Amino acid sequence: MTIGLEHYLVVSAMLFVVGLAGVIVRRNLLVIYMSLELMLNAANLALVAFSRFTNNLDGQVFVFFVITVAAAEVAVGLALIVAVYRRRHTAYVEDLRTLKL
Amino acid sequence: MTSVLFYILAFLTLVFGFLVIANPFSRSPVTSAMFLVLAIISLAGLFVLLHAYFLAAVQVLVYAGAVMVLFLFVIMLLDLRVEERRRIKILAAVGGLASAGIILGIFLHHLLVAPLGEGETPSVAGGTYALGRILFTQYVLPFEIVSVLLLVAMVGVVLLSKRDLK
Repeated sequence: MTIGLEHYLVVSAMLFVVGLAGVIVRRNLLVIYMSLELMLNAANLALVAFSRFTNNLDGQVFVFFVITVAAAEVAVGLALIVAVYRRRHTAYVEDLRTLKL
Repeated sequence: MTSVLFYILAFLTLVFGFLVIANPFSRSPVTSAMFLVLAIISLAGLFVLLHAYFLAAVQVLVYAGAVMVLFLFVIMLLDLRVEERRRIKILAAVGGLASAGIILGIFLHHLLVAPLGEGETPSVAGGTYALGRILFTQYVLPFEIVSVLLLVAMVGVVLLSKRDLK
């Protein structure tokens, strides 16, 4: 049995949902951030699979840009987490409820 | 041979990904970060199976290298307490997991009904030459914009890290 596009898409969907569940369930800001990275990687896998099975390199170029933007995003996000920690001395989402009514 | 490798790598990716979010033995963020490294490396293996060699190398270098070092530095800087003494609200967790499961169901349903077809016989390979050629001809403007974006991110991080942030 050969491995087709749908196999990769199923893996990508499952990885995305694992990341989503992590974002919902976990309370630690850093672990939530890691789950976000998992979701980005799942989308990358789908893009690379589409690129392979349509004989078009554009998808891979797009993944290259996604990885670059994700690196920049991680740097800014972690700087924000450190700034929040300096002010509030916590990294748990349930302690950060200034905006809650 | 390739299909066996695919199943092994896909299984490893999903197991490591699951261990990032819910590790039964440890709730320390360092363990999560280590399993994220393993998940990313098995994902790079899947990229190799898809003949995206350059992206597999970039994945290991940028994600497993640079990004995870950044994560570990911040974990070390914050010196977090262990999460376990926090109680998890059962109802909220069940609701969240149920909504995630529903989204997975929607994905799989659309995959089942989508007319994926046989597709073409895969022949492209994403080596450095092919990808660099398309990147510096067709996509040269987005490439330059991304370099500006990296500069902006760097300036922003330096500004955010100043001690007297107003």
